[in-house]
Amino acid sequence: MRAKSDPILRVENVTMRFGGLVAVNDLSFVAGRGDITALIGPNGAGKTTVFNCITGFYKPTVGRMALRHGNIDIDSHVEKLTDTSRDSLNGTGGSLFLLERMADFQVSARAKVARTFQNIRLFSGMTVLENLMVAQHNPLMVASNWTLGGLIGLKGFHNREKEAIETAKYWLEKTKLIDRADDPAGDLPYGDQRRLEIARAMCTGPVLLCLDEPAAGLNPKESLELNALLRSIRDDHGTSILLIEHDMSVVMQISDHVVVLDYGTKISDGTPEEVKNDPRVIAAYLGAEDETEVQEIEAEVGL
Amino acid sequence: MEVFVQQLINGVTLGAVYGLIAIGYTMVFGIIGMVNFAHGDVFMISAFISLIVFMAITAVAGFSGGVVFLALLVALVVSMVITALYSWTIERIAYRKLRGSFRLAPLISAIGMSILLMNFVQVAQGARNKPIPPIMRDTINLFERNGFQVAISYKQVMIIAVTAILLAIFWYVVQKTPLGRAQRACEQDAKMAALLGINVDRTIAVTFVMGAALAAVAGTMFLTYYGVVVFSDGFVPGVKAFTAAVLGGIGSLPGAVLGGMLIGLIETFWSAYFSIDYKDVAAFSILAIVLIFMPQGLLGKPEVEKV
Repeated sequence: MRAKSDPILRVENVTMRFGGLVAVNDLSFVAGRGDITALIGPNGAGKTTVFNCITGFYKPTVGRMALRHGNIDIDSHVEKLTDTSRDSLNGTGGSLFLLERMADFQVSARAKVARTFQNIRLFSGMTVLENLMVAQHNPLMVASNWTLGGLIGLKGFHNREKEAIETAKYWLEKTKLIDRADDPAGDLPYGDQRRLEIARAMCTGPVLLCLDEPAAGLNPKESLELNALLRSIRDDHGTSILLIEHDMSVVMQISDHVVVLDYGTKISDGTPEEVKNDPRVIAAYLGAEDETEVQEIEAEVGL
Repeated sequence: MEVFVQQLINGVTLGAVYGLIAIGYTMVFGIIGMVNFAHGDVFMISAFISLIVFMAITAVAGFSGGVVFLALLVALVVSMVITALYSWTIERIAYRKLRGSFRLAPLISAIGMSILLMNFVQVAQGARNKPIPPIMRDTINLFERNGFQVAISYKQVMIIAVTAILLAIFWYVVQKTPLGRAQRACEQDAKMAALLGINVDRTIAVTFVMGAALAAVAGTMFLTYYGVVVFSDGFVPGVKAFTAAVLGGIGSLPGAVLGGMLIGLIETFWSAYFSIDYKDVAAFSILAIVLIFMPQGLLGKPEVEKV
């Protein structure tokens, strides 16, 4: 768990209200670089809302979300950046971004945060390969001189496009989808579509990958393969992962750090071991009122 | 037979013009699900721009064959650029702000822009027909039978050739370049495209610009073919082109061209064999019949009901 020593994302006092409903209430947590940070909690706890805030889908009502590239010191720079009207700052060793100030496409294009969805959102009419090429839009657009170069077939553009195809191929092989590269994405079976979403997110070259229930609807074998894929993304690519997951076997096996939400409020934060034994977490999951009731239930189910 | 071939040539020429305009309708509809009613008037404006540029050049440089050809070329390019600028501005001020609001709002705004453009041209250019001197009157005689000369004029050759070339370029852009991929991605799921780093607003603006550039080609061709343009010329060709887009399957590029060709051919053949007064009735009746049996249009994707 590297949340303290090497943070990549610092969420501070984020509150999201929809009219009278408080979906996320004063949430603060830190995700470490190279960690798999899991965000868990009962249904309706506000996990997806947190994701929507981080990826620019929503603007939080209150709060600050600072993401860093490189080794820039968050503490000494974040206040300075907040006082300006800008959304990012380059300092010694890297850059700092305030995600709540950025438009949705900039969160991906500049801050390099990618995400997948609980309900799959592939471009189902496009081929598998095209889905991965769309994810590399920005570098390709620059290489094609905003289409003019691409139109007259400049060499630089061709080379860059070849590179993009290589990247796509790499992720297709990694997700075992290479045989389906030219099929429409909508024709893939469910489990393959899930993996394709991850592959597409990785093709944007993210520093932080946000996965919303990647194991939902997967069978046990697919779930194991997913664990291996996520570990490889963390270990071989150094991409930090933020994960929403209900499948506790996935959460406990692969997370380095777990944050627990209930009714939009953080109730626990620590290593999987610590969180597993936190009475408040058990109470939230089992619906118990206080600790004595928790012990009663635990005795009942033989824990 | 002779009459048939001759009308086929005429119909394809007219269809090419409709097809070019229809692409603007179909692309904008595909990407933001809105019928851009001002597109017909953008087409009309482009014809006026071509007319002004063409007249200005020929007034200075004379009216010999080479100059006419060059003037047309310059008029085409200038018209494409300025018309694109018009369309970009319209999108920026009349549609973008309304994108998040209820579905009818941009539609009403588009009708407003249509009226505004028409009246602007009426006031600025006058309400009378604006002609250009007859140009490119030479024809290529194909064959003669029963005393009927089947011919294709240089104008028609130019219109068909330019349409074919531009369609090929356009098709390449949409299918093979990163810009086209981004457009298709925005068409399917704009929010998701934004989360992959695509600037959706800019992509939509570029779509408007591309549609307008093609409308400008159609406008220049229209002017060359008929030799005259008037402020209300945006309406009927606009509606016809929109019909063509619906007939071919709105959202589909080849559909727009096919629809344009069909409308052009139906109109021409009906005028030749039956009555010229009812040519529009014929075209719209066929549209109605096709839509009853194929609601998604000829090449449109069927709406798949998701469970």
